[in-house]
Amino acid sequence: MATLAQEKAGLPGSTVLDRIGNTPLVRLERLTAGMPGVQILGKAEWTNPGGSVKDRAASAIVLEALRREELCPGRRLLDATSGNTGIAYAMLGAALAFPVTLCMPSNVSPERKRILQAYGADIVWTDPAESSDGAIRKARELARDPQYFYADQYSNEANWRAHYHGTGVEILEQTHARVTHFVAGLGTSGTFMGVARRLKEANPAIQCISMQPDSPFHGLEGLKHMPTSIVPAIYDPALADRNLEVETEAAYAMARRLARTEGLLVGISAAAAVVAAQQIAEEESAQGREATIVTVLPDAADKYLSERFWEE
Amino acid sequence: MKIEIPTPLRAYTSNQSAIDVDAATVAEAVSGLTTRYPDFQRHLYTPDGKLRSFVNLYLNDEDVRYLPEREETAVRDSDTLSIIPSIAGGCWPGLTVQA
Repeated sequence: MATLAQEKAGLPGSTVLDRIGNTPLVRLERLTAGMPGVQILGKAEWTNPGGSVKDRAASAIVLEALRREELCPGRRLLDATSGNTGIAYAMLGAALAFPVTLCMPSNVSPERKRILQAYGADIVWTDPAESSDGAIRKARELARDPQYFYADQYSNEANWRAHYHGTGVEILEQTHARVTHFVAGLGTSGTFMGVARRLKEANPAIQCISMQPDSPFHGLEGLKHMPTSIVPAIYDPALADRNLEVETEAAYAMARRLARTEGLLVGISAAAAVVAAQQIAEEESAQGREATIVTVLPDAADKYLSERFWEE
Repeated sequence: MKIEIPTPLRAYTSNQSAIDVDAATVAEAVSGLTTRYPDFQRHLYTPDGKLRSFVNLYLNDEDVRYLPEREETAVRDSDTLSIIPSIAGGCWPGLTVQA
């Protein structure tokens, strides 16, 4: 796709769009000590300019909307989000000069509120008891007004395609196609859908494992409990070879462990993904098999430092 | 008093968004809820009986963890207790509803 980067090729420095994607693949060495031939690797998505994996989907959605002129002078980008996608839209809106309106539950963390305000996004707060549902209903209601381009990350095909063309290709390159297992949490499901499709095309033997919270009421920010949820249009459960459920408390413990033993301050959903990846590592090791397990670490811990679990 | 049920947990209250309980304290109110709907116990509390750390109880607009008497705080019939996860998550928009 034509990006600002390409138009400005040859100029020194980089734009916000140039800095999205091509994230490092970090080795989590301590977790698999004593498991010969088994490694866990994580895509460090917090190195994206907006601080999360959501920069990928948001930039793909925005570029597609600009190309189709759905987002054009006089129109505002509108979406429902509980956090990182909103930050990505707000950052892109500031950088590419389009206005952004976000609907979100008022119990998002104070750090997120301040980041969004700093980027100048317009926020419509919704009832925290209704979770993302309330935000989505509000966005759908506002979307009737033609001044809005409703980005609808849950149904927008550009979401998973960003991972098919980006994250999935990067994982194949960075592991020299030696990846044997891919693990990712389900939120909009865009990351899992896009990466799993690309990896299965490259090698159908690669095991793709989706992960979700173990309860409809959980603390895994950005993730969804499927059996009690309304499913996004872009989600195809048949793509997963397996699905694992992770307890919030196990993710909290892993976040503390990664901070203290790997020197990685990751967010709660990233820690949950590592819990699932480690389960796979233990199973493979117990069977005497070698494995290269890749997961996605959606963001860093900085937006969750006020959570109580760090002190436990 | 009234207990407001968050959307993700309404599956356990036959989709009721609020229930009424007779209680003198916050603890009695929650106990009334978990007695009537036993599934709530494991969603709100750890196996050793501690409120899960991402679960916040609000008495009217006050976080119960920061009230001087916490769960032993006295309640009146006109009070409302809300159960709010400390982070925003929730249900999906889209086409299909799974069981």
